[in-house]
Amino acid sequence: MTRDELKKIGEAEQERIRKYRHQVHVCMASGCHALRSDKVRTGLQAEAKKQGREGEVLVKRVGCLGLCSRGPLVLEDQSRIHTGVAPEEAGTLLRSLGEPEAAGGEPLPLDHPFFKGQRKIVMEHSGAIDPERIEEYIAVGGYEQMLAAIIDMAPEAVIDQVTRSGLRGRGGAGYPTGLKWSTVAKAGGGDKYVICNADEGDPGAFMDRSVMESTPHQLIEGMIIAGYAVGANHGVIYVRAEYPLAIARLEKAIGQAEKMGLLGRNIGATRFSFDLQLRYGAGAFVTGEETALIASVEGRRGTPRSRPPYPAERGLWGRPTLINNVETLANVVPILKNGGDWYAGIGAEKSRGTKVFALVGRVNNVGLIEVPLGITLREIIEGPGGGIPGGRKFKAVQTGGPSGGCIPEASLDLPVDYESLVQAGSIMGSGGMIVMDETSCMVDVAKYFMQFCMSESCGKCIPCRVGTVQMHHLLEKMTTGSATGRDLEMLEELCDLARHASLCGLGQSAPNPVLSTLRYFRDEYLAHIDEKRCPAGVCTMGAGG
Amino acid sequence: MATERRVKTLIIDGRDVAGREDQTILEAAREHGIWIPTLCHLEGLTNVGACRLCLVEVKGMGKLLSACTTTIWEGMEVTTHSERLHRYRRSIIELFLAERNHICAVCVANRRCQLQALALELGVDHVRYPYLYPRFGIDATHDLFVLDHNRCILCTRCIRACSEIEGANTLGMMRRGIHNRVITDLNQPWGESPTCTSCGKCVNVCPVGAISQKGLSVIEGRKEHKFLPYLTMMRGARP
Repeated sequence: MTRDELKKIGEAEQERIRKYRHQVHVCMASGCHALRSDKVRTGLQAEAKKQGREGEVLVKRVGCLGLCSRGPLVLEDQSRIHTGVAPEEAGTLLRSLGEPEAAGGEPLPLDHPFFKGQRKIVMEHSGAIDPERIEEYIAVGGYEQMLAAIIDMAPEAVIDQVTRSGLRGRGGAGYPTGLKWSTVAKAGGGDKYVICNADEGDPGAFMDRSVMESTPHQLIEGMIIAGYAVGANHGVIYVRAEYPLAIARLEKAIGQAEKMGLLGRNIGATRFSFDLQLRYGAGAFVTGEETALIASVEGRRGTPRSRPPYPAERGLWGRPTLINNVETLANVVPILKNGGDWYAGIGAEKSRGTKVFALVGRVNNVGLIEVPLGITLREIIEGPGGGIPGGRKFKAVQTGGPSGGCIPEASLDLPVDYESLVQAGSIMGSGGMIVMDETSCMVDVAKYFMQFCMSESCGKCIPCRVGTVQMHHLLEKMTTGSATGRDLEMLEELCDLARHASLCGLGQSAPNPVLSTLRYFRDEYLAHIDEKRCPAGVCTMGAGG
Repeated sequence: MATERRVKTLIIDGRDVAGREDQTILEAAREHGIWIPTLCHLEGLTNVGACRLCLVEVKGMGKLLSACTTTIWEGMEVTTHSERLHRYRRSIIELFLAERNHICAVCVANRRCQLQALALELGVDHVRYPYLYPRFGIDATHDLFVLDHNRCILCTRCIRACSEIEGANTLGMMRRGIHNRVITDLNQPWGESPTCTSCGKCVNVCPVGAISQKGLSVIEGRKEHKFLPYLTMMRGARP
């Protein structure tokens, strides 16, 4: 595939779409899919046929439109979004296309607060193109950057753009991506690998899932560019088996790219070859840790090992390996397209660009948002989030999943960047953002996350394997009213042990939900212990009260 | 193995020591008579850094490093004993003792047990955490050996010896977290294992009373693992 051929495919596709007077985009990512948006789509298609408007109305499948809690979502002509569409409403919806009076409820304009505060880079094409058709991705400029990079650019120049962009790992730790790439590029010759970590496992998080379901080709293109930049000819996407839709779309996308010669041997008639395979996780949270992930890809038990050596030096099959998260790799194409300096101009001082968050919990608008880093938590919750429902009072926002922490009201004006969140006792994490109001008990929240870490501990090292069990036991005592002040001391001591003595990130960060709630909501712990009382009224103090 | 190895100098507990560049902190320390407690480590087997007892402080590193898995570097400054490390090590021993049923008085490894010895060494005379008292089974189906899961500390020394030294790969691990369990083959009774060679290496490398030989009294149940470094050396000598 040459660049001219690619251009022709793109133009032909644009021509095809231009013929339609109306475009009806039906969200077919997991959230809406679960609400049977496939039936909405077939309903709309059947209705278009019935009304004899097949040549005029294009009904197509698209990726995530963002506002998951109001699905199934249907985007009409890039102008307004119909929410909660039922298959039976297909006829009236089609008849009202372009009419100011829409059928069945008020559609949301695109300047609705949920969409207004957002800035889409990773999700630019999400909701605009059919994830299962490579032609549509090509029509919006897909694979151009990849061909431009491998034909015109030296690998060092590609890495330079990524370094200048200031992009940092979106999986949670925030390691500078450019630095990681150059480390792998410098590692000794021979076979190298690029692994995409798609083992997203934080409770309440679905950012990577949506990216894979909405724009799988953007991820694949990013991986090919990464492979070219670091000198790797093999790529692996490690995706959890719990994401069947993402897997199906990735499989399809890989097949399409291979067929077009955009993936495989001698891409773009150059000497560069890159193959890509999918590996499925078997349902363990710990395999999101890079060394455990590598062990799992190699067919061994998915347990972490001590670092150093880091995968950049010794990774998959003992070879230098670049491991990046889905969202990180999906940022690569926009960065090359607009330049590293453009990307660096967005976001905050040390945290450039945008970040996708799964905004869930007690907010009016639950869904997937992409915002520039440096925005405050308050702006997110009150902007796209639409505030707390039911007139209840905000209590805390949990970021970073089981490795993160809870941030209270007083810190809501904190800018969302890697350093500020760590200072506040939480982490950026992969982008889960759980909003809690006054009806949540913070001790109970801490217990929930400890339970999660306990059941997801691989059991290799003792501070995590037994430490989490003992910590959970102490939290259980607190929430049932049988704890004493001594138990709180023991809990803090175990937190310190697990944090500093565990082998991998899972164990080291397992105490974070406890530590952060202790920092901001110590009085709630004390109420449970001293007064045998749960201020939020969640815990039943039967046992000791 | 006539390849040249460079020498690195480092400081361990304020002492200047030298080691080969491929040595771990633990090896360098032991060569110079500096004791670091270990449980999952055994000379002759690969290191996994699972028991976390050998954690040491290295100047300039934000995290504690396991001495058994970290190779030395020039100018490294290591502290193997501090109030903090001692506290962590004692807690770890306590967590081990609370995890399964370690009742020395009725244990086949009494007075030959490394967990017991370390508890004594580190002054752990009581356990502050509640005992979990799991009820695991005992596999006594093998003609010669017994596997008592209630005494296992999951150090995986037996699994590594079975795989790396004997090459039988009979022993493995199943489930995760607190439910981890050493298994033979695909969780079949040991006595029915078609892969076990009955070599007994697992018995000898087990630091506690989880794997023992049948018919021996407590006093006779000596563990012999000096053969491991010898075997490793002989294998290394092959072309």
